[in-house]
Amino acid sequence: MSDASTLSISDEINLSEAEKGSSLWQDAWIRLSKNRLAVAGGVILIFLIVVALLTPWIAPYDYETQNLDLGATPPSAAHWLGTDVFGRDLLTQVMYGGRVSLAVGFIATAVALLIGVTWGAVAGYVGGRTDAFMMRIVDILYALPFMIFIVLLMVIFGRNVLLLFLAIGAVEWLTMARIMRSQVQSLRQQEFVEAAISLGLSPAAIIRKHVIPNALGPIIVYTTLTIPSVMLLEAFLSFLGLGIQPPQTSWGLLISYGAETMEEYPWLLIFPGMALSITLFSLNFLGDGLRDALDVRGSKD
Amino acid sequence: MLRFIVSRLLQAIPVIFIVITATFFLVRAAPGGPFDDEKVVLPEVKRALEAQYKLDLPLHEQYIAYLTDLAQGDLGPSFKYPGRSVNEILFSGLPVTAELGFYALIIALIIGVLAGVSAALKPNTRQDYIPMTLAMIGICMPSFLLGPLLVLVFGIYLEWLPISGWGAIPGDKILPSITLGAAYAAYIARLSRAGMLEVLSQDYIRTARAKGLPEWKVVTKHGLRGGLIPVIAFLGPAFAGLLAGSFVVETIFQIPGLGRFYVQAAFNRDYTMILGTTVFLSTLIVLFNLLSDVTAAWLNPRLRAQFKGAA
Repeated sequence: MSDASTLSISDEINLSEAEKGSSLWQDAWIRLSKNRLAVAGGVILIFLIVVALLTPWIAPYDYETQNLDLGATPPSAAHWLGTDVFGRDLLTQVMYGGRVSLAVGFIATAVALLIGVTWGAVAGYVGGRTDAFMMRIVDILYALPFMIFIVLLMVIFGRNVLLLFLAIGAVEWLTMARIMRSQVQSLRQQEFVEAAISLGLSPAAIIRKHVIPNALGPIIVYTTLTIPSVMLLEAFLSFLGLGIQPPQTSWGLLISYGAETMEEYPWLLIFPGMALSITLFSLNFLGDGLRDALDVRGSKD
Repeated sequence: MLRFIVSRLLQAIPVIFIVITATFFLVRAAPGGPFDDEKVVLPEVKRALEAQYKLDLPLHEQYIAYLTDLAQGDLGPSFKYPGRSVNEILFSGLPVTAELGFYALIIALIIGVLAGVSAALKPNTRQDYIPMTLAMIGICMPSFLLGPLLVLVFGIYLEWLPISGWGAIPGDKILPSITLGAAYAAYIARLSRAGMLEVLSQDYIRTARAKGLPEWKVVTKHGLRGGLIPVIAFLGPAFAGLLAGSFVVETIFQIPGLGRFYVQAAFNRDYTMILGTTVFLSTLIVLFNLLSDVTAAWLNPRLRAQFKGAA
């Protein structure tokens, strides 16, 4: 966008629409901004991230302060989302829970991104036997039932957040590696890469200037779609009592508590549930929108 | 085709072996013995217990003993329920979970395919937007949220349906099946919409229309076969997801199935039970992936390469 706006008026007069051309990213941005659902998703997401970052300063109440005399009360002017059985403000709980849920989503995805992209890029660039060996490992890991393995890991090594990040990240990198590898492989055979090689560019420069920018689209799209599935996995584990442990909280854990007392205090289930659903909704619509905008086909391979 | 099946089978065997080995050593590496939380156990009793469960042997001998038992289909005794074997517990839960999963899958297929195909017939109209928005809601509404909400509305406020149990009161199977099936209905709707859209733009569909075939026949005879291949390829991974989903659904609705046993075993630190269930479920999942790969390849040879090894 900034490139387009820096064009002076005389430039625009001199260049006809067709001659001016526009980069992939400008095209993608224009297409994305026309997709209302994706834009709404993006805006909601930015809002949630800002709130999560500022929570310690803007939360209406203290996170741990209990008010047993107050107990569970429905939403009111003082407590917008009501209070839980210990008289703790639910809005504060949801805000702090959101920090953890979002952090798990982003950090575990970052772990997956780092491992997957490196693995896939090396396999795709080196090729040959190394590639066959590396992708065989991915194939075997792919076939493992990971949901069960994560439950197993959490049971055996205790429920610790760091392990949760690692375990989820370790599952999600496989698809990332496949996408990156197929991108690198097809890019290596492109004529502009051959041209760059014949011009004497170093492999590092080729990867930086030609391979990564061209492989970025599918990676961005898949990353956006991985975050909600990671958040869902965390919530799933926390709901079963195998994820985040008190005194920390997350949306999954709040939903789990809410479900226990929903008959008497339905707001304790509904508001954390809404927070999680809206976030997943936003991420999925943004991811779908990005996929259409960047024209990425079939995110699975 | 045969070569494809054989090669996928050969790929499945090391996977199952890796699962067994990894699970065995992970469980043995767990901090704290299985009898540590018993209040007072005399040293002799503890030794006797350990001998009974072969915990006094060196690790590699335990491993070999476990593999030998496993080869005979014996998953060993349960740590927490003395006198009951893991096999017994598994086979008491299996029919329940299988039934639940079956209903959920049927619900998912019927709703998903109907919604997806009808959306694909009139893309970018209301007939497309409404089911697809609902599908997105279905994907973003995890079972552990949908389940309690359905219980709240249909069980507690409206009092139409029972809120827990399995097969005890008429109608108590409805809510769990819907809870488990909803997310898959949503995925299947999206997959079948995309698949149908692609197929319906093909030349052979135009040919079928040009020769005067009624539209419903074009869709059912020529469209579905190609359009539903992604759905069939999805059924393998969906099966794994249904099993994991049964952990939650069986916990919410207090259904005595495999999923609930697994979660309970996890909490009780019933190591042989965890080990046995993991091995059993993993093998099932690997086999189902194999089955859905083979079916998808059988329907469309072009997919052979594409779905090779996909989970």
